[in-house]
Amino acid sequence: MNAQDHNRRIARWLLIPSVVALFIWMAVPLGMTIYYSFQDYNLLMPGFRQFAGFGNYQYFFSDPSFIAGLTNTLVLVGSVLLITIVLGTLIAVVIDQPFYGRNIARVLIIAPFFIMPTVNALIWKNLIFHPVNGLSAFISNLIGTTPIDWFSQYPMLAIIIIVSWQWMPFAILILMTALQSMDQDQVEAARLEGAGPVDIFRHIAIPHLQRPLIIVIMIETIFLLTIFAEIYITTGGGPGTQTTNLAYLIFQQALLQFDVGMASAGGIVAVILANIVAIFLIRVVGKTLAEH
Amino acid sequence: MIKYNPTLIGVAICTLASSAFAQQTTLTIGTVNNGDMVRMEALASAYEDANLNIQLDFVVLEENVLRQRLTTDIAAGSGQFDIMTIGSYEAPIWGGNGWLVEMGNLPASYDVDDLFPSIREALSHEGTLYALPFYGESSMTYYRTDLFDQAGLTMPEQPTWHQVRDFAEALHDPGNNQYGICLRGLAGWGQNMAIISTIVNAHGGQWFDMDWEPQLTSQPWRDAIEFYVDLVRSYGPPGASSNGFNENLALFNSGNCAMWVDATVAGAFVTDTSESRVHDRVSFAAAPSQVTEKGSGWLWAWSLAIPSSSNNAEEAKKFIAWATSKEYSDLVAQEHGIAAIPPGTRISTYENAEYLAAAPFAEMTLKQMEKADPSDSTLDPSPYTGVQFVAIPRFQAFATVVGQQLSGALAGSTTVDQALNNSQQLVRREMVRGGYID
Amino acid sequence: MKLHSQKVAKELTATVLCWAIALLIFFPIFWMVLTSLKTEIQAISMPPQLFFKPTLENYIGIFERSNYTRFAWNSVVIALGSSIIGLLLAVPAAYAMAFYPSKRTKGTLLWMLSTKMMPPVGVLIPIYLLFRDTGLLDSRLGLIIIFALMNLPIMIWMIYTYFREIPTEILEAGRMDGVDTRQEIMTIILPISMGGIASSFLLAVILSWNEAFWSLNLTASKAAPLTAFIASYSNPEGLFWARLSAASTLAVAPIVIFGWLSMKQLVRGLTFGAVK
Repeated sequence: MNAQDHNRRIARWLLIPSVVALFIWMAVPLGMTIYYSFQDYNLLMPGFRQFAGFGNYQYFFSDPSFIAGLTNTLVLVGSVLLITIVLGTLIAVVIDQPFYGRNIARVLIIAPFFIMPTVNALIWKNLIFHPVNGLSAFISNLIGTTPIDWFSQYPMLAIIIIVSWQWMPFAILILMTALQSMDQDQVEAARLEGAGPVDIFRHIAIPHLQRPLIIVIMIETIFLLTIFAEIYITTGGGPGTQTTNLAYLIFQQALLQFDVGMASAGGIVAVILANIVAIFLIRVVGKTLAEH
Repeated sequence: MIKYNPTLIGVAICTLASSAFAQQTTLTIGTVNNGDMVRMEALASAYEDANLNIQLDFVVLEENVLRQRLTTDIAAGSGQFDIMTIGSYEAPIWGGNGWLVEMGNLPASYDVDDLFPSIREALSHEGTLYALPFYGESSMTYYRTDLFDQAGLTMPEQPTWHQVRDFAEALHDPGNNQYGICLRGLAGWGQNMAIISTIVNAHGGQWFDMDWEPQLTSQPWRDAIEFYVDLVRSYGPPGASSNGFNENLALFNSGNCAMWVDATVAGAFVTDTSESRVHDRVSFAAAPSQVTEKGSGWLWAWSLAIPSSSNNAEEAKKFIAWATSKEYSDLVAQEHGIAAIPPGTRISTYENAEYLAAAPFAEMTLKQMEKADPSDSTLDPSPYTGVQFVAIPRFQAFATVVGQQLSGALAGSTTVDQALNNSQQLVRREMVRGGYID
Repeated sequence: MKLHSQKVAKELTATVLCWAIALLIFFPIFWMVLTSLKTEIQAISMPPQLFFKPTLENYIGIFERSNYTRFAWNSVVIALGSSIIGLLLAVPAAYAMAFYPSKRTKGTLLWMLSTKMMPPVGVLIPIYLLFRDTGLLDSRLGLIIIFALMNLPIMIWMIYTYFREIPTEILEAGRMDGVDTRQEIMTIILPISMGGIASSFLLAVILSWNEAFWSLNLTASKAAPLTAFIASYSNPEGLFWARLSAASTLAVAPIVIFGWLSMKQLVRGLTFGAVK
C-alpha cells in the first residue's frame, strides 16, 4: 500500500461525517415529507387522516396560484441576480480605487448584508415605502408628483429592490476582495500600452472576477429561491398573487391552512425544481471552472 | 455501554430543581403584542408577588407569528405553552377538537355571568366555555368632527354605507393628504376579510347557503365588493391594499382620514393624547348598515385558554381567572387611568359611570357589542356561526386566498368579477376537499 | 507638479462619487437609527424631521419590557455554536473533496448544495414532530444543530473553492518531507487558506444570526433569539415606528459591529488567487 492510497482512505473518512449528517438532515425530513404528501392530513382536523394517492399533488398543481408562484420565483431570482451582479461589480470596481475615508465608506456599503431580513423588510415597508408617511412619499411630494404606492402598484419591483439592497453588499464584498488580489503589474503594463479603464475592466478585471462571481451567483441563487421573510412582511404574497413565490405558496398551505398533506406535496415539488436549477447551475459553473 | 435515558435525566434535574425552589411553577404564556397585553405583562408582577410559587414567562409575538406558532404547538400537542392567547375563531374549534381545558368551576367572585353573553357564546363549543375573554371588540365608524362641521355634514348614529360614501366624497382632499375613508385592504382572513364580510352581511349576503354552497358570485357579494372597491379606490388613501388595522390606525391618528370603520378597541388609541393628533376631534357612530343591520359590525375577543397538553392546568386557570377579572380591571384603572381598562368583556364595565365619563367611545362600543350576534349574522339563514368569519377549520384556508384575490381587485390587478369568480372556485375547491359538498 | 494635481483632482472626484454611493446604500440604516431616537408622533410626521431633540425613551421602554440580554445571549450562543460545529465538519470534508477528488465529487457537491434549495417551510411539520419527540423544542442545542446543518453545504463549498486554489506542488513538497495528513492540514493548508475559512465562518455566523424561520418556529421562551425579540415589536396595535426602529437597532447592532470588526481581517484574507 503506498502513501497516496493511504491518504486517500483517510480523506474518505474525513468526508463521511458531513455526508452522513447532511444525508440524515435531508433524508429523514424528506422521507417524512414524501410520506405525508400521500396523506390527506390537516393538523386542524385531528382524527381525520387517510391515504390520498396523488390527490395532494393534483390539488397543488391545479392551484391557480401555482403558475404564478413558479414565474414569480424565477423573476425574483433572475432580477435580483442581475441587479446585484451588475451594480455590485461596478461599485466594487469604483470603490477599489483610492479615495479619502475608503475604509469607513466600505464599512457603510457592506452594512446592509448584516441586517436581518425581517428588519430589512420592516424598515423598507414602514419608513421608506409607506405611501403616506414614508420617505418615498416625501420625495414625491417634494418634486410634485403623486406618491408611488409601491406595494400595490409595483409590488414585485418593491420586493426586488428590498432584496437587492440586502444582497448587493454581499456581491460587493466578495468582488472587492477579489479585486484587491488582482495582479497590479499586469494592470500597470496594460496601462503603459495605452489601455483605458474600460479595456482594463473588460480584459483584466472581468476574467479575474470569474471565480468570485460564480460564488456570488451560487450562494445568492440558493437563498433567493427560498426568499420568504421579505414577502411575508411586506405584501403577504399579494396583491392577488403578484408576489407569491413557491416558498410563500407552500407557507400558505403549511402554516395558514395547516394542510400537511398538500404542503408536503408542495415541498416535494420545490425540491424537484430546486434540483433542476441546481443541475443547470452546476453545468454553467462546471463549464466556467473547466475553462479557467 | 451505558445508555443515558433523557427522560430519567430530565426527571432527576426536575427533582433537584423542585427541591431547591419548593414547588416553583413556571407558566409559559404565549401572547400577542397588542397594547393591552403588553400592559398585562407589566402588571402581572403583582400576581407573582401575591403567588410566590408562580413564575410567569411571557412569550410576546406579533399576531400572525403567534397564531401560527400556537397552532403548530397545540395541534402537535407539544406542550410548550401553559396559556395561549387566542381569538373567538379558534376557541370553539380548538375546544371541539379536545385541545383546550374547560373553563368550569370558576370562583363566584369571578362572576362569569357578567361577561357579555355574545362573547361567552363565541368562546364556547356546545355550551362549554373554553376560554376567558381578555378584551372584546366589535366594529364601529370613527369620524372627524372638525371636518364634518367644516363641511356642514352630520353623521347619523346609524349610517348606511351609501351615506358613508357620500361623506367620503365630500371630505376627500388628497392634495392635502386628507382621505375620505380608510378601510382595511391588506390581504388576510383577519384583515380585509373582516371588514369585507361585514360589508357583505350588510348588503344581505352570506358565505354559504344552508347546503354549504359558497355564495361569492351572488348579487349581494357583487354589490358589496363593487361598492367596497369603488369606495376605497376613489376616496381612500394610496396603498390601501397593504393597509391593515395598524396602518389605518396610524393614518387616522396622524389626521389623514376623515372616516374609518374598524375595531372598537381603537377607541382608546384614537383618543389617547400621547398617540393621536386628533384625540379631541373624533366621534363615533355605528358600523354602517345597508339593506340590513344584521352582521354589520363584527365580534371578536382576544381570550386566554389552556391547552390540554399543559402540565400546570390548575395554576394556569387561576392566573387566567385573575387576568380577566374585575380585580385586574381595577388594577389597570389604578395604574393607567380608568379609560385604559380592557374593553368589551364585562357588562359591569359599562355600568360604571366613571368609565363612561372617561371613555367617550364606551357608549358606542357597548351598543355594537350588544348588537353583534355570531349565531344570527346574515339576512338569510346560514349554517355557520361567526360574524366576520365562518367558525369551521377550513375558513382560514379559503379566506386567506379570497383575501388575496380581493386585495388584488382593490389594487386593480384584476377586475371585481374575475376576483369573485376565482374566489368562488377556490372556496368551492376547499369545501369539496373538506367533504362539505360534492 | 501638474501630474500631482491631476492625481489629487482624480482622487477628489472618486471620493465624492464613492461617498455618494456609500451614503445612499447606508441611508436606510441611518434612517432607522435616527427614527429610533424620535417620539412616535415625530416618527410618522410629514415632512420627515431631520433635526429634533433626540430621546432615549424607546430604548428605555424596551429594556423595561423585554429581557434583551437573554435574547441576545441566545443569538450569540446559537450563531457561534452552529458555525463552529459547521466548521469542524466542513474543513475535513472540503479537504477530502479538494485534494482527493473522485468521479463522484462533483455530484456530491451538487447534492449538498441542493439540500439548501428546499424551502424550509416544506419540512417544518416533520422537523417539528421530530423535535417534539426528542425534547429539542425550545432548546439552543436544537437550533445549533439545525443551523449547523443548514449552513454546512455552503461552508463546504466555499472552503472547497479556497482549497482548490492551493497549488498541489506545495502539498507534494510536503509529502516528500513525510508529513502525514493531520500535519498537512494543520501546518500547510490551514495557514494558507485561513482568510477563506474565516470568511466562511463569518458568513455562517451572519446567516445563523439572521435566520428567522426556524428560530421563530422551534423556540418559545428559553432559547428564543433576537429574531423572536423583533417579532414582539412588529405590528402591535397603535403607533410603533419609533419603538420598532429602536428594537431593530438593538437586534442588528451586535452582528453589524461584529461584521465591521472582522471585515478588515476578511478583506485581507479573502484573496482569491492570491496564492499563485
